[in-house]
Amino acid sequence: MDKLLSVNDLRTHFYTREGVVHAVNGISFDLEAGETLGIVGESGCGKSVSMLSLLRLIPQPPGKILSGSANFNDIDLLSTSEDELRKIRGAKISMVFQDPMTYFNPVLKVGKQVMEPYLLHNDVSEKEAEERMFEMFAEVGISNPKGCAEDYPHQYSGGMRQRAMIAMALMCSPEILIADEPTTALDVTIQAQIIDMVRKLRDDFDMSIIWITHDLGIIANLAQRVIVMYAGYIIEEAYVKDLYKKPLHPYTIGLLNSLPRLDMKEKEKLNTIEGIPPVMYKETNLCPFAPRCQFAIDKCLNENPPLERFDNKRSVACWVDVETGKERK
Amino acid sequence: MNKKNTSDICLRVEDLVMHFPIKRGVFQKTVGHVRAVDGVSFDVYYGETLGLVGESGCGKTTTGRSILQLYEPTAGHVYFEGNDLTTMKKEDLRLARKDIQMIFQDPYASLNPRMTIAQIVGEPLKVFSIVKPEEIREKVKDLLQLVLLNPAFIDRYPHEFSGGQRQRIGVARALALEPKLIICDEPISALDVSVQAQVINLLEELQSKFNLTYLFIAHDLSMVKHISDRVAVMYLGVIVELAINKDLFAYPLHPYTQALISAVPIPDPVVEEKRRRIILEGDVPSPADPPSGCRFRTRCSIAQDICAKVQPKWREVKSGHFVACHFAK
Repeated sequence: MDKLLSVNDLRTHFYTREGVVHAVNGISFDLEAGETLGIVGESGCGKSVSMLSLLRLIPQPPGKILSGSANFNDIDLLSTSEDELRKIRGAKISMVFQDPMTYFNPVLKVGKQVMEPYLLHNDVSEKEAEERMFEMFAEVGISNPKGCAEDYPHQYSGGMRQRAMIAMALMCSPEILIADEPTTALDVTIQAQIIDMVRKLRDDFDMSIIWITHDLGIIANLAQRVIVMYAGYIIEEAYVKDLYKKPLHPYTIGLLNSLPRLDMKEKEKLNTIEGIPPVMYKETNLCPFAPRCQFAIDKCLNENPPLERFDNKRSVACWVDVETGKERK
Repeated sequence: MNKKNTSDICLRVEDLVMHFPIKRGVFQKTVGHVRAVDGVSFDVYYGETLGLVGESGCGKTTTGRSILQLYEPTAGHVYFEGNDLTTMKKEDLRLARKDIQMIFQDPYASLNPRMTIAQIVGEPLKVFSIVKPEEIREKVKDLLQLVLLNPAFIDRYPHEFSGGQRQRIGVARALALEPKLIICDEPISALDVSVQAQVINLLEELQSKFNLTYLFIAHDLSMVKHISDRVAVMYLGVIVELAINKDLFAYPLHPYTQALISAVPIPDPVVEEKRRRIILEGDVPSPADPPSGCRFRTRCSIAQDICAKVQPKWREVKSGHFVACHFAK
């Protein structure tokens, strides 16, 4: 398959009064054309920051992208000019955020805001933009598009707002849609509506999706490939089926085992991962998960394992082979 | 399920109604009511966990708070060990609350930032003069140990703890008075996935140790299924279905329960591929103006004329399995 986006050694830190937060520590991954890539991790693992960095949406200062490249159609998103990037942002790569209430301007009508990217990126009249908006509203299942376009964001329900947000992101038929926990603030039945819709849109628009979430259930349902992040590192990458069938990193294993499942017949005690995620104030020379890891060996406390690829389709950053409990050869 | 005697009932809620007035204008005239809880009845037996699930705005938290008389219910009765809390004198109610404690959703908002852990956990002991003032510290240390926190932390402030640790402090405070019933209001929804399991396991251990009774309010169906003995499903201020755990998830009778269960993603791509989702149309109607008859009818796929006219009766379809739907068999 073709590589649509290729990210290399992305590193973003925040310089705060308390110290330097090592939010993203050199991550590399590819996105293939037409695929849905899930990025999973707990709060503070760097999943949102890494995606925001790609579009240079990190407030600088305090944030700083220290290194990395992100190749998209032969343009490096991280080093290209601001003008060039602006042509891509919202047009070829769009983003949908977690809380649509804070991303819409509360004093402008929703319709006007949804039209904005289309007017900005295309040489079209307001009339044409409006038509396109109604088209998109229908696409995302907003009934009564005419009336809704005249409403303000606070008049929308949470699910509707997220639909409008997605309509806005799709106005310019993007090649990549980055979705940052778009359903986390929604109820499960509304979440099911949105995911169902995104799945249809993905095929209609032939776009690639990067879906950020902490919910391993959504990924199982939607994505083909998944990246697991911990403390600013990618610690595992695999096809969805392989990851759930046989997770290789102790953190992924712990995460999957700590989830109660709706389809479990008998009640089982939940496995837990002891401890809490690390505070990322310093460069680590040990595996960031080692202090919580039941498989940790001496080497884990002395050297941070690199993300290593094997089988040609999956990667893991761990010194230990969890099956034998010994160091991986 | 064995037939329960009245002596097994710890808490009985009868036709509980909680309406909040909507006020407008200079004179704060009441122009309507938000019917947050609109006639809810259930029993909680000693030693069991009753799960109360529903989506945001369905009235589950209001139900929990009305039981404790944190709101003064509009109508209905709440019997705790046979005594009606709604008609109790203030002082009697204060004493009764000793046996009913609450764990709150947000571990950041529910602990006073200016108090140390010793003061927070010691407060109920002081208020009810359970132990001599000079013994409070020792007792607090015991409680911290009980919730697996280091007693050496006793003089620290809440901000020095992580979310999971704070929730443990909340649990320790709730346990201080050795209550019989604990109302857990979304105790884990603010926590990271890997930490949720820690708190749930703790709650389960404490329950078997002290024979506690839980009313577990949550929107996470997988977790409710894991922890509950019986489950009640709420929709727009009413309970639509109540059954023992196994029955509810294996044979849900109410169309809303069926949709809710089908909407929860399962972290397993193989299972997900085969699952069929029931996608509900539209949003939850406003509780200020609920639909006539059955409240779910506006989103229900099997709704008939009768559903708009007659509110379905709360009936026992099978032993211990209650449902409010005209067509449930």
